[in-house]
Amino acid sequence: MSGTFVGMPTFPKNAAKAVQDSQLRFNLRKATHTIRGKRASVVGELDDWAELREAGKTIKDHTLRHLDDYLIQMEEKVTAAGGTVHWARDAAEANRIVARLVKETGETEVVKVKSMATQEIGLNEALAEEGINAYETDLAELIVQLGDDFPSHILVPAIHRNRAEIREIFLKHMAGAPKDLSDEPRALAEAARVYLRQRFLEAKVAISGANFMIAETGTLVVLESEGNGRMCLTLPKTLISVVGIEKLLPTWQDLEVFLQLLPRSSTGERMNPYTSMWTGATEGQEFHLVLLDNGRTSVLADKVGRQALRCIRCSACLNVCPVYERAGGHAYGSVYPGPIGAILTPQLRGMDTPLDRSLPYASSLCGACYEVCPVAIDIPAVLVDLRGKARHTRAEKAGMAAAGWVFNRSKRLAKAQRFGGRMRKLVPKRLPGPLSGWTDTRDMPDIPAESFRDWWMREGKR
Amino acid sequence: MRVALFITCVNDTLFPDTGKAAVGLLRRLGVEVEFPLAQTCCGQMHLNTGYRDEAVKLANRFTDTFGGYDAVVAPSGSCAAMVREQYPHLDIENIPKVYDLSEFLVDVLKVTDVGAYFPHKVTYHPTCHSLRGLKVGDKPTDLLKNVRGLELVPLPGAEECCGFGGTFAVKNRDVSAAMCADKIGNVMQTGAEVLCAADNSCLLHIGGTLKRQKSGVRVRHLAEILASTEESAE
Repeated sequence: MSGTFVGMPTFPKNAAKAVQDSQLRFNLRKATHTIRGKRASVVGELDDWAELREAGKTIKDHTLRHLDDYLIQMEEKVTAAGGTVHWARDAAEANRIVARLVKETGETEVVKVKSMATQEIGLNEALAEEGINAYETDLAELIVQLGDDFPSHILVPAIHRNRAEIREIFLKHMAGAPKDLSDEPRALAEAARVYLRQRFLEAKVAISGANFMIAETGTLVVLESEGNGRMCLTLPKTLISVVGIEKLLPTWQDLEVFLQLLPRSSTGERMNPYTSMWTGATEGQEFHLVLLDNGRTSVLADKVGRQALRCIRCSACLNVCPVYERAGGHAYGSVYPGPIGAILTPQLRGMDTPLDRSLPYASSLCGACYEVCPVAIDIPAVLVDLRGKARHTRAEKAGMAAAGWVFNRSKRLAKAQRFGGRMRKLVPKRLPGPLSGWTDTRDMPDIPAESFRDWWMREGKR
Repeated sequence: MRVALFITCVNDTLFPDTGKAAVGLLRRLGVEVEFPLAQTCCGQMHLNTGYRDEAVKLANRFTDTFGGYDAVVAPSGSCAAMVREQYPHLDIENIPKVYDLSEFLVDVLKVTDVGAYFPHKVTYHPTCHSLRGLKVGDKPTDLLKNVRGLELVPLPGAEECCGFGGTFAVKNRDVSAAMCADKIGNVMQTGAEVLCAADNSCLLHIGGTLKRQKSGVRVRHLAEILASTEESAE
């Protein structure tokens, strides 16, 4: 990704464009429904899924409650195992630390393991400004990077692309792509494999994130499907891992729960193909851990919103969300799209821009996200809480105050209903202003001559 | 047992027939239902749009109005879910026991055959707040299956949201319309003449779109179908 989300219009405006894109709608529908079905079937196999989910939630809540202690423990263990720990308050500080560490190696190229934290801080762009090229090695991230595009899904960043588009991107932007490249998945994967193999062999520095950090031993854990992550984690001399402070787990026993929850919720597999774990550095190699705050501490301070920090980035909520399926990931203007993005982004970035203020409203509150969340984040409840904190327009405030005034006395409601009943023939078929949002696609209901309560008074009660 | 009807502001104002049907049905089953006139709105619109203080006022008004009843029946899964699921988040005390109509019939009255007659091909949309909020499960379809003359056809993708979502339908009009288009696509596939749900707000949205598209499919609240008899059937 080389662009920026800054200055993007609000969610409804972005989504309005996306819903008209039939190719995107088709791609998203097909992909999300496929993963959704796989998830449902592997989750359905487990009799104790509800207990696992409860355990995941409890472990994360406990860790967040004692985050200060576990972070110090993590630092001690990593240091004892030969690694170096750095603390980054925000994106700028994390980027400065990583750029300095890379420069100290004398290298100008790094390979990257798929990582949300480094996307969040815009690391690739920051490194580019320092003259350092970062190569994404996850196949989908590579497609996004070569296409000078934005990721649109946490787990499947190029979900909005079909294979014909990927072929185009490879032919135009991937050095050494065969001229006769077809759009067969096998051919596309092979072309990427040849291209990436060269990067792995040349790279002296790798950058990763982590799915989990285990405080009791100072171990980092990455789950992936392709094995490209393991290439980055093992071959280069220097490894720099940028990890959000909420990724901690106290013990290996806790990890057991998450190794069941994550693959089943994300790719719909019983187990992911590659799980890499490392503790500190072995001789001749260097390991740096950059612990990233970037707004997480303030999320932690919020009684309702803090549950978002339980998130293990599985994407189950995206795959089941009817809004995400139609609006696509780009509409959310963040590396965290979908329902989890709608509660995470406004908390991490604040609600100062029109886009960030519109995100808590990017949901019909249908509750499908909460139902599938493996750590039971009550996303609708957090959305509603954030809506209470968002700035509202003057017109809406006036409308809501008027409605509240009417609802606060039943006599006022009865009067309003009688007035509406008398005026019912005069209600236009198309409403003006913001209410046109209703009548643009829907007919108005016939307004009854008599409300229920008036009927009750007249002849209902006996 | 003192039973109160919480009609909901949407039904009271726009769908009095649903309320009349609920009253008729409950009386047929021997329940003398009361209608406390002080009731207005549960506060869901205010809360879900971000106006918590107004919502708390309305929630307290609700508990004052319905405090003395053993059971409150609402012909709306969404408003019942607001009281049961969201009031506790607002620290509201002494929350009355609220049931969606299908829960009251099946769980309290222990009846799945209400003696209804409705000779039409019907498909049922289980609205989100009934399904995932109240978790009413198969109760509404168990009731429908026992209606004489009624042919119940399953709705593909039934558990997906129709795109109403309160003010979402206006604030995110395009996504809302796109969700409704897909819902309607599924409804049309069933060949049903009537789409039934237990929430008139969702039916306002889906029904309004069906009507705009001149689809020929009409919508009916569950209460209206269950209240229907040989004498009154459409």
